[in-house]
Amino acid sequence: MPDFDIVTAALVGGVLTGGVYALVALGLTLIYGVLHIVNFAHGALLMVAMFGAWFLATALGLDPYAAVPVVALGMFCVGWALYRFVIGRVSRGEDRAILLTTLGLSVVLENLALVLFRGDTRTIETALSFEMVEIGPLLLPVAKIVSAGVALVLAGLLWAFMDLTATGRAIRAVAREPVGARLVGIRPDRMFALAYGIGVGCLGAAGCLLLPSFYVSPSVGENFVLVAFTIVVLGGMGSFPGALVGGILVGVAESLGGLFLGESLGPISISVTFIAILLLRPTGLFGAAR
Amino acid sequence: MRWGLVCIALLMPLALPSQYLVTLAMLTLVSAGLGQAWNLAGGFGGLTSFGHVAFFGLGAYAAAIVQLRLGWSPWLGLPLAALVGLGAGLLVGFASFRAGLRGSYFALVTLAFAEAFRVLANSLDITGAGLGLQLRMAPGLEAFQFVDRRLSYLAALVFLVLATAAALHLRASRFGARLAAVRESEAAASALGIDVVRTKSLALALSGALTALGGVLYLQTYLYIDPSIAFSPQRSVEMLLVAMIGGAGTVWGPLLGALVLHVVAEGTQLLVSRPGVAPMMYGVLLLLIVWLLPGGIASLRGRIARHA
Repeated sequence: MPDFDIVTAALVGGVLTGGVYALVALGLTLIYGVLHIVNFAHGALLMVAMFGAWFLATALGLDPYAAVPVVALGMFCVGWALYRFVIGRVSRGEDRAILLTTLGLSVVLENLALVLFRGDTRTIETALSFEMVEIGPLLLPVAKIVSAGVALVLAGLLWAFMDLTATGRAIRAVAREPVGARLVGIRPDRMFALAYGIGVGCLGAAGCLLLPSFYVSPSVGENFVLVAFTIVVLGGMGSFPGALVGGILVGVAESLGGLFLGESLGPISISVTFIAILLLRPTGLFGAAR
Repeated sequence: MRWGLVCIALLMPLALPSQYLVTLAMLTLVSAGLGQAWNLAGGFGGLTSFGHVAFFGLGAYAAAIVQLRLGWSPWLGLPLAALVGLGAGLLVGFASFRAGLRGSYFALVTLAFAEAFRVLANSLDITGAGLGLQLRMAPGLEAFQFVDRRLSYLAALVFLVLATAAALHLRASRFGARLAAVRESEAAASALGIDVVRTKSLALALSGALTALGGVLYLQTYLYIDPSIAFSPQRSVEMLLVAMIGGAGTVWGPLLGALVLHVVAEGTQLLVSRPGVAPMMYGVLLLLIVWLLPGGIASLRGRIARHA
């Protein structure tokens, strides 16, 4: 039995990692909640965002934290265009076709990155990369604290946008009642493209915040696909607070799994959590009935 | 007549001048067989799986473990692997379908199962953990190891025939009719008295058993298996792609799909050898098929017939 301090450190570390995970999952849960589609390209798009942040940092010397709005906006445009010109067109709105389209997109994006950047893993160093802060007995990486904080702010902004603005309400109306929304003059296809763009835009922020404490490579997104889906089903598909709590739970599960099961068996906590939630409680911990 | 032509076409590669070309032809057949195995559940049953490699890896590991740890003959490993695939298919299917998972949720849960098995294989002693398992080289019929790739080709051909026979059975049998009814409408099928969970689980079990056999073929060809080979997500995608390109839910689709996929991939590789270009074509082909030809190449015949 590892001693108390190690467990506490693992717990707090897990919570912080969970904050970053939550950021990745926010976009996914938004896309699911509005479009009712499972965005399998989420990991690959996160990789694109990370390469974007990496490029800005190495070519223009832009600090990843300062690059958050730039990359988020860029990724919004990427997501909007992908929905407008690829996903919406190719899939004709069929469930299975959408899933296969996003799978095809992820294969294309991942290999395109391989063609352009080769398979090397790249890292960047920022002022915060190795900065640690001491809180009581714990030594915590500043980069992760910042990421977790931004995730919280972003979740609040998203919630405010969806609840308080006319556009947000229009998006929710389309999600709830596409026919009725059309009758009052909302164009569903525009709202879908917008929602997909916002979801992918969140990945832009996530990519920037991950970069200082992570690496980037063409296949880096694969690490996050199952994690993000686990968070989203755990917190309930489409729920922002669910994504936050789910992110933290998954971060803690992963960190404790690594501690108690060892480094090689530890990652199984993610897939087992995912399977267990889907089989036993598919509405998630906080979700209403499907 | 048509059958005769198919037989001749499938035996022709045996006359190819180089072992390299025979190997390419063999890999295409294995790919077609695996695609057909996916097709049994994913096409005929509409059960889109993203994690079929789970059955492939379980089969390969089962056959490797009984050979290395218990000294069994690989000929006994084959039926055992099929049983393991069958059991895994039943378990995964029963658990998922009883919980009401379908569509994207089923696709994701299969992906998670494959990942869980990969992590297990990567950390257990019996699977050799990250090092994987290496079979002792002992070429010959009794060890099911062939130096002459033409014999491997024949083994792959038998695998493909088996998978195709299963598909023909699904097209013609009462069970196949029940499965098609469930695919088209679960509510209607259930109202007719069909046990939906049982039908879907059995389809996944059949598919899992054949996929596991494909895993053994891989093992006996390369004599080596490790977690990232055995449970690679790319192989799941390839199985799905082979069936989708040719035509999901058709008997000859996967063979057509494997031919097209391998010709395109090898052709691209010849033209541009930069890593990433050939696998990128997989994604491009998937997008094109979903966009322009959702029924796959096999649906072209119907289209042409309608226009004529």
